[in-house]
Amino acid sequence: MEKIEESIAELRQTFKSGRTRSALWRKNQLRAMIKLITENEERAYQVLHEDLGKHPVEVYRDEVGVIKKSAKYSLSCVEKWMAPQKAHLPLIFFPARGEVMPEPLGVVLIFGAWNFPLSLTLDPLIGAISAGNTVIIKTSELSPSTSSFLAKTIPLYLDSKAVKVIEGGVDVSEQLLKQKWDKIFFTGSPRVGRIVMAAAAEHLTPVTLELGGKCPAIFDKLSKAYDVKTAVKRIVGGKWGPCSGQACIGIDYVLVEEKLAPLLIDLLKTTLKRFYGERPKESKNMCRVVNKHNFERLQKLLEDPLVAASIVYGGSQDEERLFIEPAILLDPPLDSQIMTEEIFGPLLPIITLNNIQESIEFINSRPKPLAIYAFTEDESLRRRILSETSSGSVTFNDSIIQFICDTLPFGGVGQSGYGKYHGKYSFDTFSHEKAVLRRGFFPELKPRYPPWNDFKLKFIRLAYDFNYFGLVLLLLGLKR
Amino acid sequence: MGSEAEEKKVFDAEAASSMMEKLRGSFSSGRTRSYEWRMTQLKNILRLCDEREQDIVDALRKDLSKPELESTIYEIGMLKNSCKVAVKELKHWMRPEKAKTSITTYPSSAEIVSEPLGVVLIISAWNYPFLLSLDPVVGAIAAGNAVVLKPSEISPATSSLLAKLMPEYLDSSSIMVVEGAVPETTSLLEQKWEKIFYTGNGKVGRIVMAAAAKHLTPVVLELGGKSPAVVDSGIDLQIAVRRIIVGKWACNNGQACISSDYIITTKDYAPKVVDALKHELEKFYGKNPLESKDLSRIVNANHFARLTKLLDDDKVSGKIVHGGERDKDNLNISPTILLDVPRDSLIMNEEIFGPLLPILTVDKVEDSFDIINSGTKPLAAYLFTNNKKLKQQFVATVSAGGLVINDTTVHLAVHTLPFGGVGESGIGSYHGKFSFDAFSHKKAVVYRSFAGDASIRYPPYTPGKLRLLKALLGGSIIGIIRALLGWS
Repeated sequence: MEKIEESIAELRQTFKSGRTRSALWRKNQLRAMIKLITENEERAYQVLHEDLGKHPVEVYRDEVGVIKKSAKYSLSCVEKWMAPQKAHLPLIFFPARGEVMPEPLGVVLIFGAWNFPLSLTLDPLIGAISAGNTVIIKTSELSPSTSSFLAKTIPLYLDSKAVKVIEGGVDVSEQLLKQKWDKIFFTGSPRVGRIVMAAAAEHLTPVTLELGGKCPAIFDKLSKAYDVKTAVKRIVGGKWGPCSGQACIGIDYVLVEEKLAPLLIDLLKTTLKRFYGERPKESKNMCRVVNKHNFERLQKLLEDPLVAASIVYGGSQDEERLFIEPAILLDPPLDSQIMTEEIFGPLLPIITLNNIQESIEFINSRPKPLAIYAFTEDESLRRRILSETSSGSVTFNDSIIQFICDTLPFGGVGQSGYGKYHGKYSFDTFSHEKAVLRRGFFPELKPRYPPWNDFKLKFIRLAYDFNYFGLVLLLLGLKR
Repeated sequence: MGSEAEEKKVFDAEAASSMMEKLRGSFSSGRTRSYEWRMTQLKNILRLCDEREQDIVDALRKDLSKPELESTIYEIGMLKNSCKVAVKELKHWMRPEKAKTSITTYPSSAEIVSEPLGVVLIISAWNYPFLLSLDPVVGAIAAGNAVVLKPSEISPATSSLLAKLMPEYLDSSSIMVVEGAVPETTSLLEQKWEKIFYTGNGKVGRIVMAAAAKHLTPVVLELGGKSPAVVDSGIDLQIAVRRIIVGKWACNNGQACISSDYIITTKDYAPKVVDALKHELEKFYGKNPLESKDLSRIVNANHFARLTKLLDDDKVSGKIVHGGERDKDNLNISPTILLDVPRDSLIMNEEIFGPLLPILTVDKVEDSFDIINSGTKPLAAYLFTNNKKLKQQFVATVSAGGLVINDTTVHLAVHTLPFGGVGESGIGSYHGKFSFDAFSHKKAVVYRSFAGDASIRYPPYTPGKLRLLKALLGGSIIGIIRALLGWS
């Protein structure tokens, strides 16, 4: 506790000194971040293999590469982002100048997550630094190798009086949440999200909550065989690709018309074999389940007899190696846990519908997901998905890629969280938009001041309507 | 019969949830999403303002003795402007915004779609009970939400006028008013909302946010704080003090969240500032301001008692250099200036929200910024100066919701500036497009075709794939070609 308070005091001191506000400091930190990730790439592969059995290509694609891209993008834009934005002012204010000036919030707290323990920790950090804040990062204790890697490495590269890493479990998080922050950025589950927000309320601290949810993929009929195959590849890539389904934007389940289900299942099976071989357990291309607790949680989902009966492919388990083989389930009961909770693992339920249009209602009767994926050529279905459902994002004919687009806001809505980041949105998330209005002393409009009379009322009315012609007439005594 | 009428008045959790059901039904029917619906509602608010101006002025006079000019300009006029901006810009705001996509995701296109959040709750304040109720409603409607408004019970006449007028003018299946005090608000806060917009104080703000946390509901908190006005020497003092007065006493007699709460000036300049204030106050409100028709009264006996307690604090009672007269029966306190109050006095440790204006003195005007920054972040900060360097320093070092140089409160009327606090003065902002955004979710949408599927995304993973991936994420075309040719 004392150590936490000391750290915060030091960060407050650094922030107060004004050092973190300069463009130079921000850019130097971003450069240092790129250096950190470049020089420690091999080490990153190693720790992520230890924590999750992640393959280097996956580490690069979802973590190292994402951080580098993100840091470089911020580095090239940060000065532009920092510049005050001119605001248009009505003539009545003349002479005056209005602008919106982004300013850092102060000392911020970032909670990282264990499934992408590098990118989900460092990507928000890039935003916090770009915006000129001092930061405490709480790494996830569920990915211990990456956590200690970050705790050791970050002080070697970044300004250690402005960015600090704190490791630990629930008790440490609780202590951190008792402190007063200027912003809390949290990635994790809705359950903990509620705790974080309730704690933040004590100090009126704004929060960004990056949560998850059950992200559906809608699989409609596609006219070309090539497109069907590509779509299935993208579903496999969007389910088992990112951390073996342990991803907040991973596909949770697929909605498909009944008659199309057999084809989908066939293609899923062949694609899975092509990607992960006949014995996926031995494949180096797939992550394991993070820990025993989550392994047991997933096991329990499959234990429900009605759910077990719905398994049409895979699902074998190796408790010692915390590995669950990709599993496909056909129409598990909708009230079973696997369909009421976020799966966050390598199990893929397929839900059949009479008509694909029913997917709208299906999605709307559940909490708002972080992402919706829809593989379809049907323009009217696309329009309906866009305007009648609500989700953090919608991606047509692909999965996951919305995550790496710096120009798109990334974040949830409803149960999937609130607030957004990536690119400029990260900068905004950690900035306060200060309104600045500059005026001269002249000219001075007398009717602004009491004692009030009818003339003043008329004058201000016209001024508010921006009726300049009327104002002139009034002043000339020509208007009654 | 009698008991039935009484029962109707109790707004408990049950009533709240049945109301929610109705609103949810109406939101999910999709009616509030259409451009036409939003436009009709906005225009009806304008119509309400025009047709019922006298009723509104009367209600505000009852609640606060608000002068007619203040009511028509700061409440009705401001709201009309806000509506007009929304009517003019709505089409533009609703249009999806194109986003650039990179070579990494080629071929694709992307856009950001603004969608309504759902059913939202607006809890408003008593000091500008008309404007602060309907201005957020304008944003919520423009963004296509269903809305519940809870006006403040401390301004009962306006509250009941809103409850009467809104169903007359607006779509009552999607826009509702709930009147009441703490029990009603508590029942409302137990419901699940898609957004809560609260205007008021930090104490209740914390309660609202904690309640919102249970349902992961995002909040906008428009709070207050002690907004300072720094007065440098060498300026046109008459104009400066007029602009302070008009932002203080002519804004609901100081009961406004962006009024100057206190002045900071140098020791040498302070007597001149006091003289100028006295002189201009007398010109504006006469020799006996307690009788002036151009000042609002204190809203109720509680607030009157709170303010007199601030004045009776031993630390400051000898510091009054102007005013200080009270009329308990009519809830009036005359414009009061206090010079050189100690910083540990009561008046310097809470938002004053009334007609008292303390002046702090410093040796050098630059010291003011340290004083401001040593407290919690205010909603607004004002500086009067001709010194360019001082302006720069002020803008760079003072953190507040908004800053105005050489005037007070006018930023509120500029719809191109976000209005909202930071730190203790609140979370989130509104006005103009910012209101629309406050009640919208920005949905990221990516359109992809099936062409150009890069196998490198998929396992089995190989070193070649890693190289190409590096080049792709790096966005370097040459690198991509080299990797594809197997050169690197």
